[in-house]
Amino acid sequence: MNHPITLTVNATEYTGTVEARLLLSDFLRHDLDLTGTHVGCEHGVCGACTVLLDGAPVRSCLVFAVQANGRQVTTVEGLSTGPRPEQMHPLQTGFWEAHGLQCGYCTPGILMSIVPFLEENPEPSEAEIREALSGNLCRCTGYQKIVEAVQMGARLLRESRV
Amino acid sequence: MKPAAFDYFAPKSIDEALALLAQHGYDAKPLAGGQSLVPTMNFRLAQPAVLVDLNGINELFFIRENSAGLRIGAMTRQRTVERSPLVQRRAPLIHETMPHIAHPQIRNRGTFGGSLAHADPASELPVLAITLNARMRVQSSRGERWVNASDFYLDLFATDLQPDELLVEIDIPDLPARTGWAFDEVSRRHGDYAMAGAAATVTLAVDGTVAAARLVYLSVGDFPTEAFLAETALIGERPTSAALAAAAEIAATQDISPGGDIHASAAYRRHLAKVLAARVLARAVDRAVERSAERGSA
Repeated sequence: MNHPITLTVNATEYTGTVEARLLLSDFLRHDLDLTGTHVGCEHGVCGACTVLLDGAPVRSCLVFAVQANGRQVTTVEGLSTGPRPEQMHPLQTGFWEAHGLQCGYCTPGILMSIVPFLEENPEPSEAEIREALSGNLCRCTGYQKIVEAVQMGARLLRESRV
Repeated sequence: MKPAAFDYFAPKSIDEALALLAQHGYDAKPLAGGQSLVPTMNFRLAQPAVLVDLNGINELFFIRENSAGLRIGAMTRQRTVERSPLVQRRAPLIHETMPHIAHPQIRNRGTFGGSLAHADPASELPVLAITLNARMRVQSSRGERWVNASDFYLDLFATDLQPDELLVEIDIPDLPARTGWAFDEVSRRHGDYAMAGAAATVTLAVDGTVAAARLVYLSVGDFPTEAFLAETALIGERPTSAALAAAAEIAATQDISPGGDIHASAAYRRHLAKVLAARVLARAVDRAVERSAERGSA
């Protein structure tokens, strides 16, 4: 049975019809072509598919698309204001400048976990950053560069707001 | 890695949900936060024919206090419980434990009642419910009943809930006077399922001896395991480190019979159980002493 849904993704309203079993992650990638949301483990462990649902980071592989009916979703595509490097979110700039990624597969999920974290905690300690990153797995970097990227991103975000 | 097809219902009221559960019986599963159910569906370990999504039932989302304690609606998000000043004040053991549950991204979605009803032997909330003498309010289209947390857990992933019943609300009584609390667990990585964990409360008599103690484990059996022998050994004792160590030894050697798996051997779980018991009992005693002093000066 198909279900009609209307939801807002990155400030754009979408209307569609979905099978109940369609995961939000697959809806974003296959129906909306928003392939920035990556799919890793599909059982809620790796964090690659993290998106904001009504502003809170959640695993999009553990939410059915039909459950997002009437809700606001933000994906990694919603962070920048445009395609040029200077239009990136300060956290994205931090990852660029501090080499916070190698293969980049985990990066969208990390960004979507850390953006709301920095909203609540604009000047986090390294321990707090590592704790905030604990729900996102990276198999390339050993996390050191990611921590540095978050630190730089946090600084750039603070500077962008003074 | 994709769920099998199912029929989906999103009721707006408890009554509507209960009617759906009554109609579909064993074929239906209530969907709370989905942080355990959806992974098992993605693996096709679970293939329910019908999902009854509880996320649209506003009357299941609440934290209220009354003269005797707290009432928490079953769909209250774990993150909401973690951040509730009311929970911090009235149920400090729950407040202390919430950050141990998975990751914030999971707690944003996962629910208080969903975890209690799922009955994963490695989960924290069932252990807290027993430690705190919580009571579960269970409803079906046949009526409602209250179940003590200590009677709720029957076996591995098995509770007293019947297929047509829904856990709707949890009653959490205040801690008695002169009572301290503590929770701790050991996991390989932060946010992983714990290899073992323990919650304790200790109530001190006016003379400083132990009047009552609770010690409940997660991950050392098929469901929450209360260390009755260790608790009994503490009653009437002065809570010295020697007495607590003796109780921890009893708990680890006589109260539990943990199994071994790829995460931890049975012997290592016993070791953790002993270390954790000593830690949580000591912290609970310290807090009981603090709270006794506060009361005395008040």
